[in-house]
Amino acid sequence: MRGVRKSFGATRAVDGVDVVVAPGEVCGLVGQNGAGKSTLMSILAGALLPDAGRLFIDGQPFHPRHPIDARKAGVAMIYQELSLAPHLAVMENILLGDEPSRAGMVRWAEMRRRASAALQRLGRGDIALDAPAGALSIASQQMVEIARALASGARVLVMDEPTSSLGAEDTRRLFDVIAQLRREGTAIVYISHFIEEVKAIAGRIVVLRDGRNVAELPGDAPAAAIVSSMVGGDVAHLYPRSGRQAGEPLLELQRFGSAEATLTLHRGEIVGIAGLLGSGRTRLLRTLFGLEPVRQGRVRLGAWTGKPHPRSQWRHGMGMLSEDRKGEGLAGGLSIADNLTLSRLEEFGPAPFVSPRRQDAAARNWAERLGIKAAGPRQPVSELSGGNQQKVALARLLHHDVDVLVLDEPTRGIDVGSKAQIYALLDSLVAAANPRPRAVLLVSSYFPELIGLCDRIAVMRKGRLGPPRPSTELTEHQLVMDATGAEDAA
Amino acid sequence: MSNRRWVETAGPFLGLLFVSLIFGALVGPRFFHGANLELIARQAAIVCTAALGMTMVIVSGGIDLSVGSVVALTTVVIAVMLRTDASPGAAALAGVGAAAFCGVVNGMLITALRVIPFIVTLGMMILVRGAAKGLADQRRIEAPHTWLNDLLRALDPGSLMVVPGGIWIVAALSLIVVGTLGYTRFGRHLFSIGSNERTARLCGVSVERTKIGVYAACAALAGVAGILQFSKLSVGDPTVADGLELDVIAAVIIGGGSLSGGRGSVAGTLLGACTMAIIATGCSQKGLPNWVQQMVTGAIIVLAVALDRWRTRT
Repeated sequence: MRGVRKSFGATRAVDGVDVVVAPGEVCGLVGQNGAGKSTLMSILAGALLPDAGRLFIDGQPFHPRHPIDARKAGVAMIYQELSLAPHLAVMENILLGDEPSRAGMVRWAEMRRRASAALQRLGRGDIALDAPAGALSIASQQMVEIARALASGARVLVMDEPTSSLGAEDTRRLFDVIAQLRREGTAIVYISHFIEEVKAIAGRIVVLRDGRNVAELPGDAPAAAIVSSMVGGDVAHLYPRSGRQAGEPLLELQRFGSAEATLTLHRGEIVGIAGLLGSGRTRLLRTLFGLEPVRQGRVRLGAWTGKPHPRSQWRHGMGMLSEDRKGEGLAGGLSIADNLTLSRLEEFGPAPFVSPRRQDAAARNWAERLGIKAAGPRQPVSELSGGNQQKVALARLLHHDVDVLVLDEPTRGIDVGSKAQIYALLDSLVAAANPRPRAVLLVSSYFPELIGLCDRIAVMRKGRLGPPRPSTELTEHQLVMDATGAEDAA
Repeated sequence: MSNRRWVETAGPFLGLLFVSLIFGALVGPRFFHGANLELIARQAAIVCTAALGMTMVIVSGGIDLSVGSVVALTTVVIAVMLRTDASPGAAALAGVGAAAFCGVVNGMLITALRVIPFIVTLGMMILVRGAAKGLADQRRIEAPHTWLNDLLRALDPGSLMVVPGGIWIVAALSLIVVGTLGYTRFGRHLFSIGSNERTARLCGVSVERTKIGVYAACAALAGVAGILQFSKLSVGDPTVADGLELDVIAAVIIGGGSLSGGRGSVAGTLLGACTMAIIATGCSQKGLPNWVQQMVTGAIIVLAVALDRWRTRT
């Protein structure tokens, strides 16, 4: 790709980028949200037309006008957002648009064979070929998505955050397959926010910033160097830590839910829950917030004890941030102001009334305090970048002024700059210097983040929550061992 | 982007203007005389009233197919009550009460059975129609003439009311629904449920209660539409307003409502209902047959949705 440009209105999303990937090479592509990675790859995939610049495949000019052109030229994409047809069977999804057929009739046996081969290759032969794709877990759906790209026999494979919803085991298998594809001469572009992952898999790392190439580093470059070229400056203290002082218990669980969780969360501390995908972390949080039926146990929240229900949890000072920002966390079509204040409209007027003007004023206030970049409080959240959306979702908890913040993957899929801001915000919330320190229960699949932020960390494995331990005694290695159950096997 | 937002508010208005100008040109200047405009407003009143409730339901991401049947049931209840010597006010109240009851049943079935609104209200549409026929013993029910029959009657010249009482009722209800949607918790909750129900639940909105409330409100407004319908007919007719629900839904859609929820406005809906009334009145005054009117109305609906797609395209 040479000198590729693409503008949206006045925004130059991609402004003269060159990327060259050789056969048998994995090229890491990193950059903050809005750096132009996804736009660039959409151009390659034929979903967007470039304003300027040229593309070549095997030295031949390549002008994809439509995704079909790209596929014919041997370019396959794996998108971060799932693009499966939920009602179709797994095998139909894998070969969607490329169904083996004779005289217009689908050859089911051939389809089964090819779909099965692609899944086997990913080590996920356990996924039923006939199951509707929508019935699978998110991680399995992602593997089906990857299998689709494999089945197409692409020579150029673009992966956009393929692991954001995968657990450690699936990620490892994916990396094995990538290594194998590389040996077979496939050119691979690997896009990810996880610097460690990119370092592990890519031979060369291209850094984009503001739609331009800013650096090209070897795969073994130090992470700090990569991050600083992404943000255009040094990021010292990614995980700030002010003085903290654990106060009275705010949240107490006694053998709660199917996780049989026993946990006490004190004012002024951040407790982390580490676990692999599918270990039941999200389920525990959702049960705790009353979003899923409670099998057993009660929740003690300050002075209140009872069965959780979203309304009563909010009322008793607990707020939750959903891991599924688009599907649950935010109502995309609604404005920033509506999303931010939805849990607490009561304060904007007497009894049944809500004053939109006061709503807007509150939203403006939070946008300013959290650095949310938006046209105004009435802008629909779907128009914001991922990082800004997440800040809106988080601002809802701050606006509600809750004591206990339950956060499920608060930094998933957002840029490094926003991450750093959210880390700083969480730290300031629990700091002893805060006039009213809060308590944070944090779930994350990104273990360095947990160790960096939390005072104590409990590991969740196979649906059970272990006892929390001080994070100073824990290493990332130890967490991975506990979460995977590696020590039991030894 | 900004020009598309502009279309969102001005689109239904421009559509109305366009249709009025065409029929103004076809029919001549008398099309815009006060008496004719009043006629159009009286034509539109029933659809407008029911469409106010439908706007709220569609904003919440639902749909109510039973409004036509509820209108018929209301006329029958009013006629039956008047025959038992109830006062007109009490009869009207009983009609709206019966209507609201249907709405509560709709809402409870939708929330308790977790069946989609389309199916539940389709069933209720048939069931309520049957109930109305049963109550009326399959006949039209004659009722004594009361002030209820004057609600949509053309006014005597020089009357102080300017427009008939029924129009005032529509105007007052419109203002109430505008206020409810934009300035109450219930209204904002409707938008949040329609935009993303899971978000609403996460934020502690009582999704079930709000839904029951909105279907009750929609049916109650259909009951008021039933009063106006009764006023026009002066009999209780269990077969009246057949297919009204589709006109009502069309008014909301022409007015910028989205069947996927989260969007819709009272102003747009009223403009949509008036657009359809203008087409109907204009066609009949020009002596155009009914099939022309139907084809034009159909084309307008498709055009409105096409415009909507263009507006929300990213």
